[in-house]
Amino acid sequence: MRDEHKLKARMRAGIDGLATGLAVLSTVLVVAPLVAIFIYLVYKGASSLNLDFFTKIPKPVGEVGGGMANAIVGSAILLAVGSMIGVPIGIAGGIFLAEFGRGTRLANAVRFTADVLNGVPSIVMGIAIYSLVVVPTHFSGFSGGVALGVMMIPTVCRTTEEMLLMVPHAVREAALALGVPNWRSVLSITVKTASPGIITGCMLAFARVAGETAPLIFTAFGNSNWSTNLNEPMAALPLQIYVYALSPYDDWHRLAWAGALVLIVLILLAVSLVRYVTSRGVLKGAS
Amino acid sequence: MGVGIEVTNLNAWYGTNHTLQDINLNIPANHATALIGPSGCGKSTFVRCLNRMHETNPIARVTGTVRIGDLDIYNDITPVEIRRRVGMVFQRPNPFPTMSIYDNVAAGLKLNGYSNRHVLDEIVEKSLKNSALWDEVKDDLKKKSGASLSGGQQQRLCIARALAVDPEVLLMDEPASALDPVSTAKIEDLIFQLKAQYTIVIVTHNMQQAARVAEKTGFFLNGRMVEFDSTHKIFTNPADKRTEDYITGRFG
Repeated sequence: MRDEHKLKARMRAGIDGLATGLAVLSTVLVVAPLVAIFIYLVYKGASSLNLDFFTKIPKPVGEVGGGMANAIVGSAILLAVGSMIGVPIGIAGGIFLAEFGRGTRLANAVRFTADVLNGVPSIVMGIAIYSLVVVPTHFSGFSGGVALGVMMIPTVCRTTEEMLLMVPHAVREAALALGVPNWRSVLSITVKTASPGIITGCMLAFARVAGETAPLIFTAFGNSNWSTNLNEPMAALPLQIYVYALSPYDDWHRLAWAGALVLIVLILLAVSLVRYVTSRGVLKGAS
Repeated sequence: MGVGIEVTNLNAWYGTNHTLQDINLNIPANHATALIGPSGCGKSTFVRCLNRMHETNPIARVTGTVRIGDLDIYNDITPVEIRRRVGMVFQRPNPFPTMSIYDNVAAGLKLNGYSNRHVLDEIVEKSLKNSALWDEVKDDLKKKSGASLSGGQQQRLCIARALAVDPEVLLMDEPASALDPVSTAKIEDLIFQLKAQYTIVIVTHNMQQAARVAEKTGFFLNGRMVEFDSTHKIFTNPADKRTEDYITGRFG
């Protein structure tokens, strides 16, 4: 009898160890690609990084050196414009879906449209914005920002909706029972309670479009000179990487690697910064 | 000061389900009134009709009259306004999870546009003292989240939050049923003190609790009010056979 117990206990411990091992292995498999990409980028790109890379604009073909300062600044501007368009519209849409339109036909139509929009290939988005914004005007940083912003909308919208639906009914009731009007309760209580998740959704959308090249080809177009004017073609890191990587020059290839490294580091920094800033206000014990 | 509540021919539905039928009753001001009855008998629906929370459910419907003080709450006033006069404490503590203790108590005032810091500080302190929570939280009012407190403390926080908007009536829907005996005793002590200032209606499954805190008790069964009388009378000499069966534990 005792031996049987011991045997069973040993089997349980064995199975427990096996399951834990599988979980650890899966974690490693999830993290491994990111680490591998990062290490490879550092290996290929770090040697080309110097002060010039961050302060100079590209040199003409044949000349050695130069940097991507215009592309870094251009990407920042494009992403700022994109976020200004994508984040408010996306969040407002998510609030409508979760709070005001729940169960209505309009809400179902909006949700379906957002899901389809999410699946539209980025090159198609580029062409669409080209014909809607660029054709009536001309290539410009603004049209690039619009393309990125439109791409952000569905992700932000759907995560906002999901996060709002996760706020317990009891929390909404508590606000209504205090004599708070519904709109106020939604904005100040429900959205606030869901804000960590909503911010994560915005960051996901941001990180995703930060690396987009295709929608910018027909819109921001790229620019090998300084351009901070939204009304003119604008350089962007992914575009610059694309052009340099396809070029036949070794020097440009090295710069493309460096550009890729900088792009990833900047995205990581931006996401971490937002996380840090928004987590400072959160109290201990809040979940 | 509390005000009395006069309910005439109240009927309520969820969809086609007729959950309250012809309720007539007068709840006295500045007393605690207990509502007892088996699960699903309509007592929670009844209190939710007293602050018009019932109608936040899109399929819900109400007919009849409820007068609180001299106001007909279904005709003279909007749901938002009546909920400021009639506070509510729910079965499960539901503090706002992302807010500090201070902000939880001040929420009702702040969200209605009240922003005078001094007055807010005073009201928060007074409400937390009234709900017997002040001594336990006064040192980390703004440091700790409402969700970091224990269940019993959270429920007293919710009571403080309801008191901060200075209601005339306090509805409590099984306020102690999710709490341990020590926290329950604290809530009951609190009800005793609060009825000097507020009219209290408390739904409870616990008959001893009704006997301990309430002067009047109503017995609900299948959506009807079977009997309403002084608590003493209900528990010692009920007029209706069904009340007697329920309180002696023959069903429910």
